[in-house]
Order: sequence, then C-alpha cells, then structure tokens
Amino acid sequence: MTVQAKREGPALRLMLRGELDHSAAQGLWHRIEDIISYESPRDCCLDLSKVSFMDSSGIAIILKTYRMVNSAGGRLWIENAAQQPLRVLDASGIDRIIKITALN
Amino acid sequence: MKEGNYIKLELPSLAVNEGFARSAAAAFCSQLDPTLTELGDIKTAVSEAVTNAIVHAYPDSIGTIYIRCRILAGDIIEIAVKDKGRGIEDIEKAREPLFTTGGDDRSGMGFTIMETFMDSVKVRSRPGSGTTVTMRRRIEKRRKGQ
Repeated sequence: MTVQAKREGPALRLMLRGELDHSAAQGLWHRIEDIISYESPRDCCLDLSKVSFMDSSGIAIILKTYRMVNSAGGRLWIENAAQQPLRVLDASGIDRIIKITALN
Repeated sequence: MKEGNYIKLELPSLAVNEGFARSAAAAFCSQLDPTLTELGDIKTAVSEAVTNAIVHAYPDSIGTIYIRCRILAGDIIEIAVKDKGRGIEDIEKAREPLFTTGGDDRSGMGFTIMETFMDSVKVRSRPGSGTTVTMRRRIEKRRKGQ
C-alpha cells in the first residue's frame, strides 16, 4: 500500500494505492499521520481511485484520519471510490459524517 | 459436478496471509460464475473473518487458521473460518456494530460487514477453545448479457 500527497490549495489530496486490509493498515496509518502532521493542511481528500480492495480496516483508517483533520478544524472527504470499497463504505454508514463520491 | 466440491486451507495467523486467504476463496467461488459484486462481497467477508482470527483469536501468538470453502446444492457457497484461539466471551456483543476490543485500530464493523455481504453468518465459540464462523451466500444465476 502506498500514499502519494498532492497539495491543492488549502487541501491535501492523499492518493492511496493497493489493497487496504489489516496487514496494510498499520504502516499506512503511520504514513498518513506523518504526511498530515508535516503538511498541516486545512482540508484533506482521500482519493481511493487506486484502491482495489478495502475491508473494515480501511474504515478504521478513514475514521482516524477524519478525527485528526476534524480536530484541527478541517474537513475530510473521500473521492473516486471503486465498487468494492464503495460497498464497504456504504455498509459502514460512514457517509453520515463523511462525503463520499464514487469512481466514474 | 460442482456440488460437494470443496477446498481446505490451513494458514498461520500472519497478517500477510489475509490477501491470500480471500483470493483463494474467491478463486474457488469463480466456478459458480459469480458477478464482480458477488466476488467482491465474498472476498470482503473472508477478509473480515480471517482478520478477526488473527487479531482476536491469537492476539499474542501465532496460531493456525482453518478455512473450508464448499459448494452446496442450489449454487450456495459456504465458507467456514475456524481457529483454536481465545474464543469469544459474548457473541451477541461481539456482533454489535461498532463494538470492538481492538482499540481505534479496529472499526468494530467486521461482523456487520460479514452479515451485510453474506446471506447467513453463524458463529460458534467457546472461551479458551476457539471460534468457527460459517458464512453462506447464494450465487445468483445470471441472465444473458449480465
């Protein structure tokens, strides 16, 4: 699992790539935490276009990222979720607090 | 003759095996010609069950996870994920959405996702002896062009 960060004005786009499961989650969280601490963006977008698989470990990562961005007064949203990750996001009910757009 | 066909897998409870376990289950299911959505759902449910065994059944040691996939009459796929780990004290509580003993690294959504994506999920567990999660999903017959 890799993360690439791209600055877009006050927001930071985090491009995740790979399969987001429990085995990938811990290393991924450390990288996301490092990037957000260093870049200190106001808002943050998690771009899932290259995430080919995600389970509930991904939900935990998204919630931790949400809490980190939210506690600094910023917004977090999710873009480009492919079909399988989208089904997991829907089942979790996370869309009640985080805006999600699907991959076209 | 697909009915009665099965595979059995034995894996050490290493996180690196999660991807293999769900891919093996999906590869076995593919003989029933599932849609991509059905395949994705099954992979996700297997990933949740195997992760539970790794994280909760064997928290401080490496144990063995036993997976059996089989095809039942009516194009039903059954997947059993068994461990001989710690067991679950309160199954009802463990199945509640957002309940977790895994801290903020876990979302507590594992069983909810298994229940959402599979037709049935049965959990048998005895503290100290282990847990078996048995899940079933019927693969829909496809209409032409699907």
